[in-house]
Amino acid sequence: MSAAPPLLLDTLFGEYPLDQAFDEMRSADGDVRAHYHALAETLASLPPEELQRRKQSADLSFLTQGITFTVYGRDEGTERIFPYDLLPRLITAQEWDRIERGLTQRITALNLFLRDVYSDAKILNDRVVPRELVYSCKHYRRQMQGLQVPRNVYVAVVGSDLLRLNNGEFVVLEDNLRVPSGVSYMLTNRRVMKRTFPQLFSSYGVRPIEHYPQLLLATLRSLAPEGRPEPNIVLLTPGVFNSAYFEHTYLARQMGIDLVEGRDLVTHDNIVYMRTTDGLKRVDVIYRRVDDDFSDPLVFRADSSLGCAGLFNAYRAGNVTVTNAFGTGLADDKAVYAYVPKMIKYYMDEDPILNNVETYLLSDPVERQHVLANLDKLVVKAVGESGGYGMLIGPHSTAQQREEFARAIEANPRNYIAQPTLDFSRAPCLFGNHLEPRHVDLRPYILFGDKVNIVPGGLTRVALEKGSLVVNSSQGGGSKDTWVLE
Amino acid sequence: MLSRVADSLYWMSRYLERAENTVRQLDVTMGMMLDTGGASEKARWQLLVAALGKPAGLDWNGNLEAMAHKLVFDNLNHAAVTFCVNGARENARQVREEISTEQWQRLNRLYHQIHSPQAETQFSSSINDALASIIDGIHLFKGVSNTTMIHGQGFQFMRLGRYLERAYATATMLEVYQPVLFHPQEREHEGYQYLELVGLLRCCTSFEAYCQVYTADVSSARILEFLLLNSDFPHAIRYCVDCMRDVIESIQRTGGRRPPAELISGIGRLHAMLDFTTIDEILQGDTSAFLHNIREQCLRIHELIYRYYVHYSIQSALAS
Repeated sequence: MSAAPPLLLDTLFGEYPLDQAFDEMRSADGDVRAHYHALAETLASLPPEELQRRKQSADLSFLTQGITFTVYGRDEGTERIFPYDLLPRLITAQEWDRIERGLTQRITALNLFLRDVYSDAKILNDRVVPRELVYSCKHYRRQMQGLQVPRNVYVAVVGSDLLRLNNGEFVVLEDNLRVPSGVSYMLTNRRVMKRTFPQLFSSYGVRPIEHYPQLLLATLRSLAPEGRPEPNIVLLTPGVFNSAYFEHTYLARQMGIDLVEGRDLVTHDNIVYMRTTDGLKRVDVIYRRVDDDFSDPLVFRADSSLGCAGLFNAYRAGNVTVTNAFGTGLADDKAVYAYVPKMIKYYMDEDPILNNVETYLLSDPVERQHVLANLDKLVVKAVGESGGYGMLIGPHSTAQQREEFARAIEANPRNYIAQPTLDFSRAPCLFGNHLEPRHVDLRPYILFGDKVNIVPGGLTRVALEKGSLVVNSSQGGGSKDTWVLE
Repeated sequence: MLSRVADSLYWMSRYLERAENTVRQLDVTMGMMLDTGGASEKARWQLLVAALGKPAGLDWNGNLEAMAHKLVFDNLNHAAVTFCVNGARENARQVREEISTEQWQRLNRLYHQIHSPQAETQFSSSINDALASIIDGIHLFKGVSNTTMIHGQGFQFMRLGRYLERAYATATMLEVYQPVLFHPQEREHEGYQYLELVGLLRCCTSFEAYCQVYTADVSSARILEFLLLNSDFPHAIRYCVDCMRDVIESIQRTGGRRPPAELISGIGRLHAMLDFTTIDEILQGDTSAFLHNIREQCLRIHELIYRYYVHYSIQSALAS
């Protein structure tokens, strides 16, 4: 810390608290970690007005680009700017290497699990994963049983949520195997950050992520049905009212493929077509951003008009690839999650590189008793929910909320899991002209086609409210650009 | 291109054209009201509303500023500027991947500008400035559309929307103002009729272009000739119809499917009607009916475009 005037840095840190939680920037004794030196120096060298000016110019850039998301359950202002923090989160090459290997291993095992469950179900017969757990999962799709999917790839696009524990270790909190979102924020954050801190960025040597859309396109192309050398690839969106609509348009544009809605598609003789100004055009690969339930009213929910009638039969006939496949939500069920380390062992005979978070299954009577007795210390989650919905955070809950959850657990134990309240890592965020630590997670994006591709980094999500542990954008979370260093 | 996308681009463009038309006509009408020797404010307002296609809820209440405010900021009125800009943006949002980032940013900025609290303040301090800045926003959008978007089918559908809307709106306006043109009120002083005629030209941003062709010697017959039959001026109906024909040809070239005879002959008929006539013929006949006929044909062309490119039946598409 020679170059930065220590006084300025002290003002910047102000009352910055450090406790047992891992701080991304500072070690327990308050020193700035080695790979954060250059960032700290840059911050200390900028006058406060200059920081504010850069913040404002970045704000404006997000607004005019229309980088927004939709919050459900509110009447007005359906579009909001995605909140973000100006300071990048840094990950060293060594840390990233472990994450990358761990995720590759995990996604491989999850795909093998899905293929197994939907064909021979060996892992169930060998009693490694309880049969009743799988068949009682609400995302298990009987319709997928015995269906051959291209390259045996069930999940091609994954976003796994990682946390860093007090000892600095990264663990997996959950896998998102249905329609993970947020990758567009990763890409746009990077664009804005490059303009906001150009010198700092180039001095760090940050590994690029901008080629993600190209990799995604290549992944989708590799999954095209046989005999379709020039596949027509489309992105299926629920439409303009979906919370991730911005992302759908962004990805379609970046890949140069058509963005279709269910009403653009028709099936005839088990072939999917889209309606174009030149008549009907055959569709070969669908990158689906519509949930299973809403994809085909003839097979799934009959009251949905978002999907395309007949899509599933065309898929079954092998005339169109839909990715991610249907029924993949089975493997990101929060109770099935507890068995992922066993899957890795079972299918790959390896030890997991990235560990799970300790998880209590409430269908087990002993664990259930323990959880019910300790509701004020644990986090309880509904197994099939995502986005921070259907969750009880024990230490931050009221007696009444705990009462409600206890009743719900007793009524349907299979529907819930519990985990210890994690003291996961915090990273500095800019508030006014000083820094405060906030909890962060990391969602890297994994692509699985003819091979596994993970762009270095991902979306760092921030719980922007003081003391909050919820990073979901729908619940007041924001994001940070994530720099994986060379 | 996807039919739904073509539909959105077409309407995005139509809505912006409509907004621009409303702003310009409002601006000109308010300017004419300054010359008190002419028609009453009420009469002028009624002409304006008729020329905009008689949208409901705009009956004269004696307060010009309030009326103008309504015509600009009413989110529910189909002719109002905010309604049109909202509609354009909503359509753009649904085809965000088809238009360029620059286009989206311009349109988004126009939308935020018109909905900001400052817009109302600016409006009450200077209506002219407020209207001018809206027009600027639309022009910027059209400019970046020309320079940043691929001139493929999507672009052609945008052109189609713009020129169809313009031809229709100009025909409506001429039909409404035609009595003013040819049956001027008796007035004490000279000069008022000149203002009327120039005002009409300004509604179509065509005063300067008119002067280049005919000099400042304005006459009713020449104005009508210019706005109906000129083939070089972008606000003249004949120019618009030329463009529509050109668009259909271009869509066919890039798509490869032949448009149905009905559509070709529909546009061809309107085209020929304007190509093979003279202003004298039109004036000798029923001018009003002639203008009305243009509008009818525009509607018919719109319908054919939709039947063929957007709402076609699956059976017909599979058969071909």
